Amino acid sequence: MKQFWVFVKKEFMHIFRDTRTVMILLLMPVVQIILFGFALSNEIKDVKFAVLDHSKDAVTTFITERISQSEYFIFARDISTEEEADYLIKSSQVSLVVVYDNNFRENLVRDGKSQISLVVDGSDPNTASGVLRYANSIIASSNEHILRLSGFTPLSAEKPTFIEPVVELLYNPQMKSAYNFVPGVMGLILMLICAMMTSVSIVREKEIGTMEVLLASPVRPVIVILAKTVPYFILSVINLATILLLSVFVLGVPITGSIYWLVLASFIFIFVSLSTGLLISSFASTQVAAMLISGLVFMMPVMLLSGMIYPVSNMPYLLQVVAQFIPAKWFIEAVRKLMIQGLPVTSVLKELFIMTSMAAAFTVLSIRSFKQRLE
Amino acid sequence: MSSEHKPVVAENISKTFGQVTALQNISFETERGEMFGVIGPDGAGKTTLFRILTTLLVQTSGSAFVDGYDVKGDFRKIRKIIGYMPGRFSLYGDLSVEENLNFFASIFKVNPKDNYYLIKDIFHQLEPFRNRKASALSGGMKQKLALSCALIHKPSVLFLDEPTTGVDPVSRREFWQMLDRLKAIGITIIVSTAYMDEALLCDRIALMKNGILLGVNSPAGMVASYNNRLLAVKGDDMHSILKVLRDIKVVKSAYSFGHEHHAAISPDFGGDAVEKISQELTARGLNDTLVKSIKPSVEDCYMELSAN
Repeated sequence: MKQFWVFVKKEFMHIFRDTRTVMILLLMPVVQIILFGFALSNEIKDVKFAVLDHSKDAVTTFITERISQSEYFIFARDISTEEEADYLIKSSQVSLVVVYDNNFRENLVRDGKSQISLVVDGSDPNTASGVLRYANSIIASSNEHILRLSGFTPLSAEKPTFIEPVVELLYNPQMKSAYNFVPGVMGLILMLICAMMTSVSIVREKEIGTMEVLLASPVRPVIVILAKTVPYFILSVINLATILLLSVFVLGVPITGSIYWLVLASFIFIFVSLSTGLLISSFASTQVAAMLISGLVFMMPVMLLSGMIYPVSNMPYLLQVVAQFIPAKWFIEAVRKLMIQGLPVTSVLKELFIMTSMAAAFTVLSIRSFKQRLE
Repeated sequence: MSSEHKPVVAENISKTFGQVTALQNISFETERGEMFGVIGPDGAGKTTLFRILTTLLVQTSGSAFVDGYDVKGDFRKIRKIIGYMPGRFSLYGDLSVEENLNFFASIFKVNPKDNYYLIKDIFHQLEPFRNRKASALSGGMKQKLALSCALIHKPSVLFLDEPTTGVDPVSRREFWQMLDRLKAIGITIIVSTAYMDEALLCDRIALMKNGILLGVNSPAGMVASYNNRLLAVKGDDMHSILKVLRDIKVVKSAYSFGHEHHAAISPDFGGDAVEKISQELTARGLNDTLVKSIKPSVEDCYMELSAN
């Protein structure tokens, strides 16, 4: 046991002597959170819109007012022709044109429905879909007022009432992107530090030849290797705290669920990542190989297949199958449920169980492949 | 560390890596407290042999024992009693001289102060740099540090794999002087080198080539068993001289040796070898050549043994 701490101390020396790497490791989550939070945000703010109102009645005026009042939209001008609408969109003077049909109110009273066209610039699909979503939800939320204003009363059950498809966004009513990427960044950073750094530091010993000396000494290789995980475990915990603090206090993402279970889930994921690092180190014989394996085999799938960027349910079947084997996918799901949705721990038992099994399997596999000799 | 066992016993060790045979039927024994040299060029199999004896590789066939322990079955026991210094610098460059030493002392569970007397002479020279990072040391200093780290637990057998390769001549000489002092303390030293001149500093040497053990003897015994007559030949056109020498019947082998060529004359030849070779050279139009009889060196023995 004393030997174990001797090795842990040595690992800390390696890490702290390499100031540049420590800085990168500690600042990376800060930079990523800030980048994702502010620069890469696909939220919409201050979108200019024009109105092409063919009816100009109380209802259309009301809807236009509602849109202008929202923090997302700024009323630019009234226009009178479709050509003008086209021109404004093409020249990017506005991002949205709201078009009301003729006799908007009359149609509403008579048929129970009327048409609003929302014209957006689809060349930037992310912005376009955001703009549509926001505008839709504003209109939908105004339904009751609109009905009252129009003086329409449903006569009977057969007669359809004014119904817009109501898209209700739970948990993230403003569709804040931070809600989506905070779990993703947590998964990414923890995987990076634990898996990549651990495997690289073990393989470094092989590469510089110190492993040869250590193997010819009474130290058990398993001590050498397990001691490597301690400093990276601690670094990961620091980063976990950084990410959570930044997301709560800077990005305003609340921890709606139990923080204890969230931390527990994160610890389990850290163990999965550390064991992944150990596993990589038993295959790789050079630092570059370790970096490539952890980068290509583990990091890329984490970003692409874990649901961090693209939802898993939208993937082709085969990729969905592959995604099941990615620890980060389960972690990100668990964090979403625990942190964003505030669900009780019973709802993530499956995720916790799968991650624990993965950690156990990887650890057993890597301990079995620890070599007592050079080959 | 039982005195009835030989420090190192190798019995018919062979090692293959896939199709490549690295070692072939290597057998030798070392005596306690001797300096045993494994001499051979790069690729002779020295490092593989060392790795088998230090339990880092398992031999394909044959068996080996260190202090009576089997390198295969008792590897944990062997790892407690040996000191090993691999061919390339393998300490932590980002740790200081002192930190490296303390680290290696603690993995052998010894207090560096207890065995300091062993490394005192060596470490004394490193004292001024004790807080310097190991990566910033000169080549010779690095070797001294590596030796100190391999010695700090007072090993019974010390394995040094090409410790002087890439080290300047002065540091090399110093290094061998240190080994002599360690030998005096009673540590058995197995050292490998590609430098033939270092063979003379060993008690006994094993000559290796292409995974084969050519012979084991003391340097003096090795030279004494050389039964050819040896000539040194010098002249203007060294290239042609070598070609001609190899054509002469009584010359068993001829090879460049520094600034001259050495020609081994078969012991069967009864006449005056110097006279005979001079005549042959002149007869083929090579004038102004200097032929003289010389005493063989270990390298000549190596050439002779490796030719057979």
